[in-house]
Amino acid sequence: MSHEFEPRIVVLCCNWCTYAGADLAGTSRMKYAPNVRLVRVMCSGRVDPSFVLRAFQDGADGVLIAGCHPGDCHYINGNLKTLRRYPALETLIAQFGIEPDRMRLEWISAAEGDVFVHVVNEMTEQVRALGPLDWKRRTAMTVPAAESHTAG
Amino acid sequence: MEPRIGVFVCHCGTNIAGVVDVRRVAEAAAAWPDVVYATEYKFMCSDPGQGMVKDAIVKHNLTRVVVAACSPRMHEPTFRKACAMAGLNPYLFEMANIREHCSWVHEDKEAATLKAIDIVRTSVAKARLLEPLQARVVSVTPKVLVVGGGVAGIQAALDIANAGTKVVLVERSQSIGGHMAQLDKTFPTLDCSACILTPKMVQVAQHPNIDLMTWSEVESVEGFVGNFKVKIRRKARYVDEATCTSCGVCLEKCPKKVPSEFDEGMMTRKSIFRSFPQAVPGKPVIDKESCTYFKNGKCKICEIFCEPKAIRWDDEDRVVEESVGAIIVATGMGLIDPHGLGQWGYGRFPNVLTGLEFERLNNATGPTGGRITCKDGSTPKSVAILHCVGSRDRNHKEYCSRVCCMYALKFAHLIKEKTHATVYNFYIDMRCFGKGYEEFYNRLLHEGVKFIRGKAAYVTNQALTDEETGHLVVSAESTTLGQVLRVPVDMVILASAVAPQKDAEAVARLFGMGRSPDGFFMEKHPKLEPFSTATDGVYLAGSCQSPKDIPDTVAHGAAAASTAMSLISRGTVEVEAAVAEVLTDSCSGCKICQDVCPYGALSFHADTRVAEINGSVCKGCGTCVATCPSGAIVGRHFNDRQILAQIDAAFLW
Repeated sequence: MSHEFEPRIVVLCCNWCTYAGADLAGTSRMKYAPNVRLVRVMCSGRVDPSFVLRAFQDGADGVLIAGCHPGDCHYINGNLKTLRRYPALETLIAQFGIEPDRMRLEWISAAEGDVFVHVVNEMTEQVRALGPLDWKRRTAMTVPAAESHTAG
Repeated sequence: MEPRIGVFVCHCGTNIAGVVDVRRVAEAAAAWPDVVYATEYKFMCSDPGQGMVKDAIVKHNLTRVVVAACSPRMHEPTFRKACAMAGLNPYLFEMANIREHCSWVHEDKEAATLKAIDIVRTSVAKARLLEPLQARVVSVTPKVLVVGGGVAGIQAALDIANAGTKVVLVERSQSIGGHMAQLDKTFPTLDCSACILTPKMVQVAQHPNIDLMTWSEVESVEGFVGNFKVKIRRKARYVDEATCTSCGVCLEKCPKKVPSEFDEGMMTRKSIFRSFPQAVPGKPVIDKESCTYFKNGKCKICEIFCEPKAIRWDDEDRVVEESVGAIIVATGMGLIDPHGLGQWGYGRFPNVLTGLEFERLNNATGPTGGRITCKDGSTPKSVAILHCVGSRDRNHKEYCSRVCCMYALKFAHLIKEKTHATVYNFYIDMRCFGKGYEEFYNRLLHEGVKFIRGKAAYVTNQALTDEETGHLVVSAESTTLGQVLRVPVDMVILASAVAPQKDAEAVARLFGMGRSPDGFFMEKHPKLEPFSTATDGVYLAGSCQSPKDIPDTVAHGAAAASTAMSLISRGTVEVEAAVAEVLTDSCSGCKICQDVCPYGALSFHADTRVAEINGSVCKGCGTCVATCPSGAIVGRHFNDRQILAQIDAAFLW
């Protein structure tokens, strides 16, 4: 029997709040699911939608974008730009057939190690319940269909 | 030329190596393309550890270095410097965080080791694409803004001024002095608080290097470390400071009385007022909100009696701009609103007081001239002091307020001394941690003060026995006796919790600071940098960071001052090299980047018709980079290629 599916989640997080929040979870020796890999950017406003798509394309089962709480952005309001960009990203991934629960936007401050732990654990279970995204297989199936459509 | 990457995996004693198989991580790294050297060592941050990095750069001709250890917050500067010493550009260094983000948060050794390998691979992927950058050096404006004129701000301002640097000290009330000026005596020495504080206040007023701005508030802060531009609103005083002689006649003649903030509303002040007799500055201000003339257009009695003709009805708020190199935030603490603590009778029974109200009651300049009396003027025969009212209480504040045990002891001593009343302390634990504190507690034990180990549940006036009739009754379970007690007393003093200032949220945003879950301002590091914030050049002093007693507040103020001074004395500071850059060939001149930049660092060049970036204003957030539809802006040190390479390497897909 194959062992249980372990979701692979890419976290795109800002340097000042969420990365530091994850540091705090560490210094506080909190425990959480080992299913996340963090990619640090200076501000969540730096998160280009293509980063999210690239993660899914690479094989990620979930993507978490995390930054400072609105109003607490180290760069005044970069996170609000992310907030505004996010609905477009939601629409986009929906068009690709990616379940909405595979992507999350969270505000986690440098003082919220416990929130980081909670979000990671919750999202890991959420994505686990959805099963593998299996993007490569999904796209592999759709490509011939598109070709036949074009041919037709 | 292909990059030559060196990977150094740290054990951090057993902090990392106890969970992560560091040798496996190093062996895995050694097999990756471009990694020409990989090793592991007990403490990479130690001298020999840094030496290994330096030697390997030379010996293996490394062009990139990855250290897999703790958070870059801890040792990125250490290793950047080590690289630079070996002749490698410090921006060709990348840190992999396998401690805070891995070994400390996972128990499964296999999963943690695999994750550590992924983390290091992600860092190597970025390192491969790193580009050398030159840190820019900018000069530091030799002036410091201190915000808040309590004892923390006073100490910080004096230390900096005495070092020969100019200080702007901004205080929003009429006088400096803060909470310490309100106190009667200080624990454990029983020094008169005003007697030890007022000399410092006078020094501030007389110091040639201190520009004191009371009745003023900081309105906006722009800029960055070494180069802040601050706008300060100087509220209209309606009294000309140069002309006023502080004679005080206006204070007597003004017919309008309002509750005095300084006296916790237990006394009144006039509409033209100074906060307290020893106020600095001693020249009064008119509080426009309550002044009869400003309300009705009639009165001007102060003007009639003012001999030097110092009243200025046409005075207006002025906004002044100051350039400073560093900012010290010393905005102090507030107290929990006791009205939310109804079970202890506050607001329902006149003889239930907060600690600060008792300070005023006991003070010679207070409502009774320093006599401890009940509201009806009688001397209390028994007084209960309730510890931890709102502190150490999940319904209110989870933290310990740190000053209450000691001031409760001080009160007990003063009450016994002045009234010979029986004093009961209802406590959870006695926390007498400072110098001379435990000794003071022992002294009080011998003075016959009664200590009941049990938090007071409620205060009532509903008597159950004749003995209780006409008294307040404090109910508590004595955990030493295992018995519920009802203690009749004449007066109850609540050691109510210290809390962040009511506008702490707005102040945090103003100066770009974070707040910890308790609402106090967040320090850069809880142990090693409790006086710095995440924003370079902005420092913390006193109880705005966490509740503190006077000795700790003064020490914190001095620490903030010396940290600010080390920046000012250096004269220059390195600022972020990792800023954005416009690729003029790709820019279509759409100007979208201008709208998203929070600092106005981007402008449209009229001749070339492309965007232009001001590198000294850009802070490197990268929002414009993500926004540019043409991909014409590069975020240095966090460019698209680097980030995408990290995502590609995040897992073994």
